[in-house]
Amino acid sequence: MFAYLVRRIIGGIVLLIVMSLVTFALFFASPVNPADFSCGKNCSPAQKKQTAAALGFDDNFFNQWADFGKGVFVGRDFPDDPKLRETAPETIAHCPAPCLGYSRERTANVTSLIKETLPVSVSLAILAFIIWIVGGVLFGVIAALRRGTIIDRGLVGISLVLYAFPTFFVGLLLYKFVAIKWGWVDIPRYETIADGGITGWASSLILPAITLAVFFMAAYVRMTRAYVIESLSEDYVRTARAKGLPARAVTFKHALRAALTPIVTMAGLDFAGLLGGAIITESVFNYPGLGKLAVQANRDYDLPTLVGLVLLLAAFVIIANIIVDVLYAVIDPRVRLS
Amino acid sequence: MSDTSTKHDAFLRVEDLRVHFPTADGVVKATDGLSFELARGKTLGIVGESGSGKSVSSSAILGLHRGTRAQVSGQILLEDVDLLQLSDEEMRRRRGLDVAMIFQDPLSAMHPYYTVGNQLVEAYRVHNNVSKKAARTRAIEMLERVGIPQPDRRVDDYPHQFSGGMRQRAMIAMGLINNPGLLIADEPTTALDVTVQAQILDLLQDLQREFNSAIIIITHDLGVVAEMADQVLVMYAGKAVEYGPTKELLVRPEMPYTWGLLSSVPDVTADTDSKLIPIPGNPPSLLNPPSGCAFHPRCPHKDKVPGRLCWTVQPELVPGRQGMGHLKRCHLPDPDQVYALEVLPEFDPELASELAQARIPDPAADAAAGPAAGPAAGTAAGTATPDTADERDAQ
Repeated sequence: MFAYLVRRIIGGIVLLIVMSLVTFALFFASPVNPADFSCGKNCSPAQKKQTAAALGFDDNFFNQWADFGKGVFVGRDFPDDPKLRETAPETIAHCPAPCLGYSRERTANVTSLIKETLPVSVSLAILAFIIWIVGGVLFGVIAALRRGTIIDRGLVGISLVLYAFPTFFVGLLLYKFVAIKWGWVDIPRYETIADGGITGWASSLILPAITLAVFFMAAYVRMTRAYVIESLSEDYVRTARAKGLPARAVTFKHALRAALTPIVTMAGLDFAGLLGGAIITESVFNYPGLGKLAVQANRDYDLPTLVGLVLLLAAFVIIANIIVDVLYAVIDPRVRLS
Repeated sequence: MSDTSTKHDAFLRVEDLRVHFPTADGVVKATDGLSFELARGKTLGIVGESGSGKSVSSSAILGLHRGTRAQVSGQILLEDVDLLQLSDEEMRRRRGLDVAMIFQDPLSAMHPYYTVGNQLVEAYRVHNNVSKKAARTRAIEMLERVGIPQPDRRVDDYPHQFSGGMRQRAMIAMGLINNPGLLIADEPTTALDVTVQAQILDLLQDLQREFNSAIIIITHDLGVVAEMADQVLVMYAGKAVEYGPTKELLVRPEMPYTWGLLSSVPDVTADTDSKLIPIPGNPPSLLNPPSGCAFHPRCPHKDKVPGRLCWTVQPELVPGRQGMGHLKRCHLPDPDQVYALEVLPEFDPELASELAQARIPDPAADAAAGPAAGPAAGTAAGTATPDTADERDAQ
């Protein structure tokens, strides 16, 4: 088990390195020189060159990539010029480790940009995750156990409709009616736990979290229902009944235990994806999270920020994968021992 | 419980059991009027193809159709208590305690996430108010009884760590842990190696002697039946088509479907002249069973019955010519003759000729069977297997 974990972590690191190479290669291949944006409109070729050098964009692909890698571990300076450091240290931006790059557009380190926006996205993801897992699994199990009844059909029908609604539509609907027209909640504006306490934090997130959760919940209701129905027809569930176990034990101890295993996998990966920012939801509610940052960076052609965000998201997904696999081994002894 | 002794011969009595599944296309009559009896310490073999209603019927005895759309009617009397009249809760209390079931594929029939020991303990504790520790001791004891080596260690293994035969042993241990009066074994050896099959059957017989339980063994393997069963019930399209003591039924089967089953069994001692003759066609739809005798579309002997009875009239399950509790559902007036002269020579020429020879000196049968035997067989089997006919003539 330990060897397996070590192997998975090493594999994850290798994958991250490959991801960073691919990301770099993609941006390198783009026809736009990011230095042009930093230099301004009336930029002479010499100035352009100077800007490119200052940002480290003049070097070749592998050196840039190596600089980036070095920055992650020891930090780096922009521009990394020893002469300038002596003559005009105030023009140098220092980026401490772990440095994911420096955004000239935002005159800020990518790491600190992420640090500012990550809590919003994580908060949103956690709250949405709780809503969708509890709701999705609960309604899914109810639908499966009441299969074929009005309750089942109602739940499946509603989840189908909600699944079909685009996120921005649900978000705007909630915004317009729940917050503005009926005034059930304040106009959503992100509040940290430090500012508003747990309740302030949660209530500031409730509308975007619901928006985000609705889509996932609808998918999870249908998925849970399918897995539970499948599991209820398994031979070992029949064995459990044949042993004379009460219906409750048959359902919860035998059928659900097996049915929920694949849901753990799905949930872990979906959650990891959300940590990287809910682009549409954050944009609709104007929440300063990773998703919104990504949209802005994309618009501004802010390459360092984009690279940092892509790698962060990749890291989340890889880590989640490892955690899910370990969890799987904990849940399913067949994985654990073979 | 008190009248066990007086009703000793009918520990389990099933009367006119019907299990019908209403579907959008009509009613599927998976079991349609099944009756049989079983005494303590005896074994009933239920034989038939897939989809003949064997498993559905036995699931009904356990009440496993409760809570589904299946409509179960008739009577299932276990020690004179009609299981179909019990409430769901009463039936649940009997499951695993009075009636236990072991299933075909123990890998899928045991929960992959719980240890074998846990599953045995669970089966024991649901009917016995004992501590986990005591139940665990009992589980180890049962594992040892069914021949699992180092049971105190293996008790903590998961099902997938057991071999197929060991899993089936564990399954049997789980079925017998509450010492049930009736054990239903649904194709207990189908998923196993041949050598392991024999061990499992042996074990079941040993345990039956030890616990004096009644066993219903569901199988499509007549070898298993010959080995295990005191009584055989052959099912076709949800109905019993032949029912009787094993030896009698296997030696003198009177129903063409049973003949078909017998001639489909490979015989290791048979010479290469003997043939495996599969039953043509497929099991009938239980939604729209054929008119008349359900077997007639596949029956090679239907033309021997006058008046197209096989097409129009459903035969009753009536005593055959041999008596001795041997019942059959067939219109053929002289099944013995057809079997001995046409069917048996095809798949077991040796046995057929032995029987033919044994028959000739019999003075009672002399007039009817004796002189007719040679030529009749020659003409009947002549076109199909001239070799066999010649062989018999030579002998």
